[in-house]
Amino acid sequence: MNLLELKNLVVEFPSRHGTLRALDGISFEISPGEILGVVGESGAGKSLTGASIIGLLEPPGRVASGEIILKGQRIDNLSNDQMRSIRGRKIGAIFQDPLTSLNPLYSIGKQLTETIQTHLPMSDIQARQRAIALLQDTGIPAAAERIDHYPHQFSGGMRQRVVIALALAAEPELIVADEPTTALDVSIQAQIIGLLKNICKQKGAAVMLITHDMGVIAETCDRVAVMYAGRIVEIGPVQQVIHQPQHPYTVGLMASIPDIENDRERLNQIDGSMPRLNAIPAGCAFNPRCSQVFIKCKQAKPELKTVDGLTRTEVACWLQSDLTRSTL
Amino acid sequence: MNTSNLSSSSKDALVIANDLAKTFDVSASWLTRAIERKPRQLLKAVDGVSFQIEKGTTLALVGESGCGKSTVARLLVGLYEPTRGGFTFDGQDAHAAFKSDNAKAMRRRIQMIFQDPYASLNPRWTVEAIVGEPLHEHQLIEDEGELQVRVTELLQSVGLSSQDMSKYPHQFSGGQRQRISIARALATAPEFLVCDEPTSALDVSVQAQVLNIMKDLQRARGLTYLFISHNLAVVRHVSDKVGVMYLGQLVELADKHSLFSNPKHPYTRMLLDAIPKLKDTGRARTPVQGEVPNPLNPPSGCSFHPRCPIMSARCKIERPSLKTIQGIQVACHAVEEGRH
Repeated sequence: MNLLELKNLVVEFPSRHGTLRALDGISFEISPGEILGVVGESGAGKSLTGASIIGLLEPPGRVASGEIILKGQRIDNLSNDQMRSIRGRKIGAIFQDPLTSLNPLYSIGKQLTETIQTHLPMSDIQARQRAIALLQDTGIPAAAERIDHYPHQFSGGMRQRVVIALALAAEPELIVADEPTTALDVSIQAQIIGLLKNICKQKGAAVMLITHDMGVIAETCDRVAVMYAGRIVEIGPVQQVIHQPQHPYTVGLMASIPDIENDRERLNQIDGSMPRLNAIPAGCAFNPRCSQVFIKCKQAKPELKTVDGLTRTEVACWLQSDLTRSTL
Repeated sequence: MNTSNLSSSSKDALVIANDLAKTFDVSASWLTRAIERKPRQLLKAVDGVSFQIEKGTTLALVGESGCGKSTVARLLVGLYEPTRGGFTFDGQDAHAAFKSDNAKAMRRRIQMIFQDPYASLNPRWTVEAIVGEPLHEHQLIEDEGELQVRVTELLQSVGLSSQDMSKYPHQFSGGQRQRISIARALATAPEFLVCDEPTSALDVSVQAQVLNIMKDLQRARGLTYLFISHNLAVVRHVSDKVGVMYLGQLVELADKHSLFSNPKHPYTRMLLDAIPKLKDTGRARTPVQGEVPNPLNPPSGCSFHPRCPIMSARCKIERPSLKTIQGIQVACHAVEEGRH
């Protein structure tokens, strides 16, 4: 059974100038223990997808239609109180900036034991022991002493380890990690990615890893979803999406990444930029920037469909269907 | 000025930095120091950096946060005054020029592009005012009509159109804004551009647009760049020479090809290894141990020794200096002794 399932999720922001549709029919599923990567440019809706799953959409944003199902239970229509008991217990969250996810006024031990005792029936002593064990698991040296330190006494990388320990405190089955390494230096980034991958495997937690760094995805994830203007344009196993990208956007995105192994005179560039929410073009949202656009692309939105020959990759592009292309 | 260092330079070097250093006083207030009996605290942000940049080429500086690369950038545009050392620009002592009556002439020739295009453009000014300001400031135009013509040319050179002149920064995307800052930097027809992380705030597809424009402009105008970045893949794409910095010092300085194909310093190798690569999916990397030490209290000897896999007793005591080994400048005892 799927651990998490999103069915046609639509998130809207009502505004004075009409309703803005930020997520337009997102569907995917995550199996237990799986790491799903979500990539896309800023504004593509990747963080919003994560926020909807953990029930932290900021008003006036709201789930307009669609369903979020966690282990067979719908969670998108729960009350705040009900959602609080799921958040932390069943879904853990890791955010980009570790300094803002920790309360500067409490020691990290206090923050960890609070989370543990909120979700698990443990005494103060048991909770503290568990907190120390968690800090040890996340690679914090001298955990028994450092537990009484405050967030400002830790470096950026160490803080992110504390945040990972917090997310894992109540043994959730799913972790939503939103750009967990973007604020960190490359050498620390490698440590944190390795830690996240290993510790989640060890504890059997599935991860939804949101990032704009394709390298991080390549190294960490089992499957990857590529988002563009509030829709998933391509989803499939990491190897396939990286080596045989199908959607023209994914092809362009992959080619625009500077390569550390090879010299290239010019980078491939996708001209233009992602449309704003109030100016999403009709048909496929990528059509104004697409080099292979044809009439159908301007008329109707393509849906995710499996690709012939590639077993588990789905692509939302009219180029994939056998229609006779009448080019413009 | 120490002339012996200058004599070794090739004749077409535009920028020659010589033992450039900047120390910041980060002490607590006098009263606090008196009460808590604490000494003054000095932060050596840049501690003796020497390099030269040939005309029309790009030197990239890489390193992790806090290694002093942005301080070098600010020293080179005259935003900071060096504590020690200095740099010459086209044969002239730049910091003396920045202080002289003729400072504007020097400032006109050295311009800067900043990291965050959201913070570096005044939101209340139109693009015309933003790009035109340096033209006014340096009296490079005669009248308003000429201003319009020049601003249009500048905008077109970065791929924007003359209709964009009357718009405000918020009407543009991040990549377009960064192109506006490039147009502004180019307004005074500078020879040397200092670019401090110009694409780190941008998405990859947009980053490609900006990098391509920067390369095209360099070719067309013979610009010289100092390019600061923490992204080694971007550095590989834009640079001719690369300097790797660690805690205020250059640990390796080499041309791009030797640095990427045959990195010498253990820190450079560690940085290259830390980058997630697209090709080896699922590969387990050997993560780098430890973190950058506190620059207020740097380790003795070689400042990299606590994290170094090939550290020896000598590294703890003696600070290695930048030496030329097989055509590459590297500051490492192990490389010098042939131990790596």
